[in-house]
Amino acid sequence: MPTFPLPLIQLFGQGGAYLIYLAIGIAFGAVLEVSGFANSPKLAAQFYFKDMTVIKVMFGAIVVAMLLILLASGIGLLDYNLVWVNPTYMWPGIVGGLIMGIGFILGGFCPGTSLVAAATLKIDGMFFVLGAFFGIFMFGETVSLFDDFWYSSYMGRFTLQDLFQVDPGVVALVVVLMALFVFWGSEQLERIFGKKDLKIEPRWRYGAAGIIVLLGITLVVMGQPTTEDKWARMQTERETQLANRAVQIDPGELFDLMRNDRLKVVMLDVRSEADFNRFHILDARHILPADVPAALTDFHMEQENTVFVVMSNDEAAATEVWKLLVAESIPNSYILGGGVNAWLDKFSSDDFKTQYALAANIQPVDDQLRYSFPESLGARYPVAAPDPGLFHELEYESKVVLEIKRGPTGGGCG
Amino acid sequence: MATYNPAQSQAAEGPKTALSRRATRPYVNPYMGAILLGIVLFLSFFITGNGLGASGGMNRIIVYFEDLVAPTHIDRTPYLLEMAGGDKNALDSWVVFVGIGVVVGGAISGWANGRLKFVTDRGPNIPVRLRWVMAFVGGALMGYGARMARGCTSGQALSGGATLSVGSWVFMIAVFASAYALAYFVRKLWN
Repeated sequence: MPTFPLPLIQLFGQGGAYLIYLAIGIAFGAVLEVSGFANSPKLAAQFYFKDMTVIKVMFGAIVVAMLLILLASGIGLLDYNLVWVNPTYMWPGIVGGLIMGIGFILGGFCPGTSLVAAATLKIDGMFFVLGAFFGIFMFGETVSLFDDFWYSSYMGRFTLQDLFQVDPGVVALVVVLMALFVFWGSEQLERIFGKKDLKIEPRWRYGAAGIIVLLGITLVVMGQPTTEDKWARMQTERETQLANRAVQIDPGELFDLMRNDRLKVVMLDVRSEADFNRFHILDARHILPADVPAALTDFHMEQENTVFVVMSNDEAAATEVWKLLVAESIPNSYILGGGVNAWLDKFSSDDFKTQYALAANIQPVDDQLRYSFPESLGARYPVAAPDPGLFHELEYESKVVLEIKRGPTGGGCG
Repeated sequence: MATYNPAQSQAAEGPKTALSRRATRPYVNPYMGAILLGIVLFLSFFITGNGLGASGGMNRIIVYFEDLVAPTHIDRTPYLLEMAGGDKNALDSWVVFVGIGVVVGGAISGWANGRLKFVTDRGPNIPVRLRWVMAFVGGALMGYGARMARGCTSGQALSGGATLSVGSWVFMIAVFASAYALAYFVRKLWN
């Protein structure tokens, strides 16, 4: 399993994690300062084509970070699933962006650069920071007036590679080429409008351009790890867990988890629709194994106290889906040990067992229902939601250990 | 018409206001700045899974004080409730610490490079007081827009740009489009 991002709180505690964020912030502030981002006329000159520092630094930084992220993910060091990708709310983003553009050209900063400007004692920076605080305050006080709009056009984790249906490496290479074109254009504009002498620009930038093109091509050739690749990397460790039955939980444990107020249990019933209609545990969600990949993004969005329990009639189909979940780093994934059959064995009454037993001449097959339901009543059998009064202090070996969620905890600017 | 020139504007700042005797050093080359910023941004994602942010931290600081003054108001506004509802502390978030870091890092770098001075940077044809008003107005619009867009230039454009979020790229285009569209009409502010 990729080591990064690190489980910061687990490793360093809450305070340690915050110190790391503080260090990142310090580096961020220092880099903005040395790039001249505390200087409002320099930033504003961007919009008169005289000094294109803003676009060069921003676009360049995006390219460098993008290449390194995809490279780290490509070689299996970084789990891209756990990297925060700003969810898309299309229209609020556009309208907010347009308002910010006005603020940018009037005020000469954006929020981050104004903090740096104020920190270096620039008085215009301080006024901007005060203004930003005021604007932020006003937003908090007015957002309830247009809640519907603010939550509209939600598209979730939606990336350029999803939009264009191409490999991330291809997007990366196109972005690199676009950036180089923008850099070239910026230098021409600086020459024309800023009267800059391009000869004094460092020659190493050609080398840097070559390197990012090469990295882009490398990403296209290398590709990003598929679910199979990810599984292959963790196979030994995970196969051992399966063999030791460390992730197959007893129906009794599931029953207790369901009634634990501090947990959210997502039961994924991956059997055929017919079996699901015949009988399923109350609140189980029906999902065919083929549909699981499309649902992964939603699973990643679940709150951190969520436990996923996959079930089939026995275990075969559930185990395959479980492999997919762990390969895609869905936290707290388990299998219902013995499947729905074991649930029925444990919680059904003796009457039920005789009434719904398979006919004597039918040989039970692996991963098929060992009970016959003449009617498709779904979750309307009592055994679908056993009476807690009848089943308390169940004996089982408890296996669920809630892991602390790694990676992003909220919005980039949340 | 006076034109902006980085070398001039550096020299124009009198040494009297400087808090350190360090010689003012020039800014780094933009491409070098890009590489450094890209590495910081990558490390943030690599180590923590989160990108960078600025307006989010400012937001939580505001909400923290609001919560001190009017806690019931916070609990009745869903947007604020999420940050500081009940006994939640609005400051208990990573983005606040990144924000504090930005201020500290900016100050350290400004000091080390001899750029720590009380000064109002402005275009050659705008009075100081008007520059202050414009900075405040611009800041207010920026702050409002950044919250509406769920992130500022750092949290949306840089972070979302590097992770290839569609919304962040569209957002970035919107910011630049609107600033460029207006630039001509407010050219007196900067030129």
